[in-house]
This record gives sequence, C-alpha cells and structure tokens, in this order.
Amino acid sequence: MKVLVAISHVPDTTTRITFTEDKKALNKQGVTFIINPYDEFSLSYAVGLKEQNKAKEVIVLCVGPKEVESTLKKALAIGADKAVRIDTEPKDAFIVAANIAAYAKEQNFDLLLFGKESIDFNGSQVPGMVAELLQLPFVSFATKMEIENGKAKVTREISGGSEILEVELPLVLSAQKGLAKERIPNMRGIMMARRKPVEVIAPTETQPKVETLQLDYPKGRTQCKFIDPENIDELVQVLVNLGALN
Amino acid sequence: MIYVIVENLQGSIRKASIEAVSYAVALSEKLQKPLQGIALGPFKEGELQKLSQYGLEQLIHVTNEAYKDFSSINYTNAVAQVVKDPTVIVLPQGYDGRALAPRLSIRLQMPLLSGIHTLLEPYEQGYKAQRIAYSNKGIETVYTPSQKVIVTLKANSFVPQKKEASLNITTTEVAAATDKERVVGREQFSGKVPLTEANVVVSGGRGLKGPENWGMIEELAQLLGAATACSKPVADEGWRPHHEHVGQTGIQIAPNVYIAIGISGAIQHLAGVSASKNIIVINKDKDAPFFKNCDYGVVGDAFEVVPKLIEAIKRYKGLA
Repeated sequence: MKVLVAISHVPDTTTRITFTEDKKALNKQGVTFIINPYDEFSLSYAVGLKEQNKAKEVIVLCVGPKEVESTLKKALAIGADKAVRIDTEPKDAFIVAANIAAYAKEQNFDLLLFGKESIDFNGSQVPGMVAELLQLPFVSFATKMEIENGKAKVTREISGGSEILEVELPLVLSAQKGLAKERIPNMRGIMMARRKPVEVIAPTETQPKVETLQLDYPKGRTQCKFIDPENIDELVQVLVNLGALN
Repeated sequence: MIYVIVENLQGSIRKASIEAVSYAVALSEKLQKPLQGIALGPFKEGELQKLSQYGLEQLIHVTNEAYKDFSSINYTNAVAQVVKDPTVIVLPQGYDGRALAPRLSIRLQMPLLSGIHTLLEPYEQGYKAQRIAYSNKGIETVYTPSQKVIVTLKANSFVPQKKEASLNITTTEVAAATDKERVVGREQFSGKVPLTEANVVVSGGRGLKGPENWGMIEELAQLLGAATACSKPVADEGWRPHHEHVGQTGIQIAPNVYIAIGISGAIQHLAGVSASKNIIVINKDKDAPFFKNCDYGVVGDAFEVVPKLIEAIKRYKGLA
C-alpha cells in the first residue's frame, strides 16, 4: 500500500497565543511549531503499517512556505519515507484541500490520512474536501482501523458512542485520539531523516474562498469567587443559580 | 432559500440539531429569506414534528431506509439533489456535520464557514461571522465574499428559542448512491449524557489518585444529570476511557457548567474547556492555575469536598 499523511504545522499546545498588531495573523515570534497532534496519530498509524509490512511507502505532505520543512523533518524522523511540500501560503482550507487533491490524483494512494482537525483553525474542513475532490469514501473521527484484503474496518466516534464501518480502499480518513499511539523519534530516525528527500512542488490553487478579517482574544474570566468548603450549601446555591440543579 | 440539515441519531433529533434549526429560523428572519429543513432516513414517530416548536415551517424528509446510517457520500448526494438554489446551508458542527459540510462545500461550490457561534451577517460582497480558533485561545472573524455559503454551528453556542409554528413535512425519496461507507456495528457508551451535548460536565483529574475513586465523580454527575469527563493524564494512565478526555488533544466542550475536580488547569486542558460558560474548580492546591481561569473555586481536598457536596445536593433535592 501507498499511504499519504497530510500534516499541519501548528503552534505547540503549550504556546501562549498572541496576534500581530493588525489582528490579522498569529504572532510567530518565539513560537515553537509542531506536527498537529491529530495528524500525528495518523502518521504513527501509517508508520505502524510499514512495520507490519502492510505499507510500502509513507509520504508526508504539508502545504506551506519554507518554514514548515522543520515540521516535515520531524515527520521523517518519526518514520515517513519521503516529504512533500506544496509551496503556497495555506490561506484557507480550500487552498490546502485543492492542492493536496491535485497532488494525490497523480499518485494512486491507497490511504489518505489526516487529523480530525488542526489545533490552529479547528475547522475539520480539509479531509472532507479532499475526499469530495477525489470522489473517495471518507471516515471522520477514526479511533481504530484494521486493513485486510483491500478493505478497511474503521471505528469512528459518534455522539455518545462509536460505530464500525466497512470501507473499500482507497479511503480518506481523519484521526481522532486512539487511532495510534504517538511515536517519539529516536536518534537513528533523526539521523536518517537528514538523508530523506523533501520534494517541493508548485501549487495549483492559490485563491482562498474564506479570509480572516480579525483575530481577538477570548474574554478572560472575571475573578474567581472562592467558596469556603465548610459552607458547601453556598456551592449548591451557585449550581441552582446557574441552572445546573433543579 | 436557506436550508438547515437535521442530524439523524438512530431516529432521534439531538440538541445540536435543535440549536441549528433555531439558528436557521433566526437567520431566515434576519436575511428575509425562506427556510426549509432537510432530514434524512427514518425517524421515530412524531420526532420531526417536534421542530415546529422552534419555528420551522417547511421540512423535506428523504425517507429512504438507507439513510438510517450516516455515509458522507450518500448524504452529500441526497442533499445536493434536494436543495434548489441554496443561499445558506446550516448544519450542526457535530460528528456527521464535520464530514458532510466540507463535501457539500466542494460539491455545491459554496464556501464553508465552520464552527461559527454568531449569526451570519451580510458584509461587503458576502457574509461574516465569528468562530473559535487556536483551540479556544482566539476568536476569529471570518469573511467570505461569496453570496452562497455553508455554515456549521458550534454546539452549545446558540440557545434554542421556542416559537410555535405549523410545520409542513414533504416526503421524498432519493436512491442512495453507493454502499462504499457501510456501517456494520454500533456501540453506545452506557446510556450516559453525550459529552459534547451536556449542559453540565463533571470532570476529574490526577488529583483523584486512581480509577477506584471515580465513584463520587459519577454520583455527582448523576445527581446533576451531567456527563463525566477527565484530563489527559487520567486518560493516558488508562483510569478512564479516551472518549472522556477533554482538552486540546481530546474533546473540546462548551457546556453551561464545567466542574473540574483535582485538575490543575494546564494550558492544554483549558484549551478544551474554556469555552464553557461557567467553570467551577475544586482543588486542594490554592496555587493551581485553574483558579485564575474559573468563575467559582473551592480550595479543599476533593475527597472531603465532593462527598460533602453530594450530601448537600441530596438534601437540596430532598433525597436525604
């Protein structure tokens, strides 16, 4: 099998987010970037398929400017065979999806893996758009997958439970926590990543359909009102007032 | 025409769909455009009629049995066939909506604004709205110059408005396109309140010391009709299942009341819960960062405070 893992280059989960003065973009100064954690579940899953000799090649792809190559290198260190960067600003989900789909069309992937959302824009848009552009089946929020004889058995999270689907490959999937355990790159992986190629290709789509007008900070919490544990009935009254208890 | 898609959860309408319908009714009034609901697959007797309480007047019901299970391909085909000259399509940003909306966006060539929490506003050539970005660390105002747009509505962000209407349901059939995404099994998590829909969530962290101590969390949740949740270390330790993990890499929730017990409030945890309307923190460490990001706090040992709280609630309810 040939597997594509599309990743986003996102601020580390511990980052304090600040925006530029014009409120249009993230202030990147001093921010550490990582592989989007949900994409990492997909990447780990794909590397696992290689170890089981079920996948021949794992290609990791990111749409973005030169700076995203540091994140692609991390993915190579974790075990992807090859990295591809599509050289354009990922201004909206449509640009990202259109470029991924255009690349994938030429490549005959059996699996196209994504994260359920990126932790920067939290949109859950790209994988579904890619599936539709390529006219492929799509399973979102996957927490488990087994592949036998060109068929995938996928468990997907749903409201208050989960469901199991049988889907023929090729398949587009977005990962939720549970699909695979994150892998930490070892020294050998990091050394090998240096020799693995990063192919840069030109974009096919650069016109966004949606733009950011402004970024603001969420309203902070007003001061915490402390309740004495000896006076627990006061907390009961709070619950009643908030509509949590009736 | 504005359309709103009603999710089918094993024949029932869930809260997220009622929020979406009520949102679409408000939008229809604001934009002065007619509204039609779309529901797919078999529903329980009288279930769809309930939407009349929220001001919906027109609904197309695609009745084929095949749509009892969600399939992103089949649902996309069916919706694309049913809609006529859509200007706005509203979906709840739930598990199905997140798979359906992007496909529809491509199929119908309508830009997608996802996870928005404000009423769509005409702006310049198109529309603008607000959404959460950077996992609750930012609020993004998005704009599309398109006159036609798909929006997914963030759960618990729009309070449904009761409004009696007379609902006219038109039934139709659309053959299901494929069986490429076939549901072969389903599991419900023991009949509890689904986390993403819950009005109240009771959540436990490492401060609870072990899975054997979750009895009081569950009892408190049951008394409040709440869903239970946990922090990342708790799920990683296997004390609680992954589907209870709330936080940046778990589930993001926005309940009316979030009660955090024995959780310090690391930035990754806050990213998953800070959209909650009210946060109550119980922690024995008065310096826990969560106390700087909550509305009500109790500094005390969970093993003393929680049983006391349970007793007090029982007294209030007349159960003790």
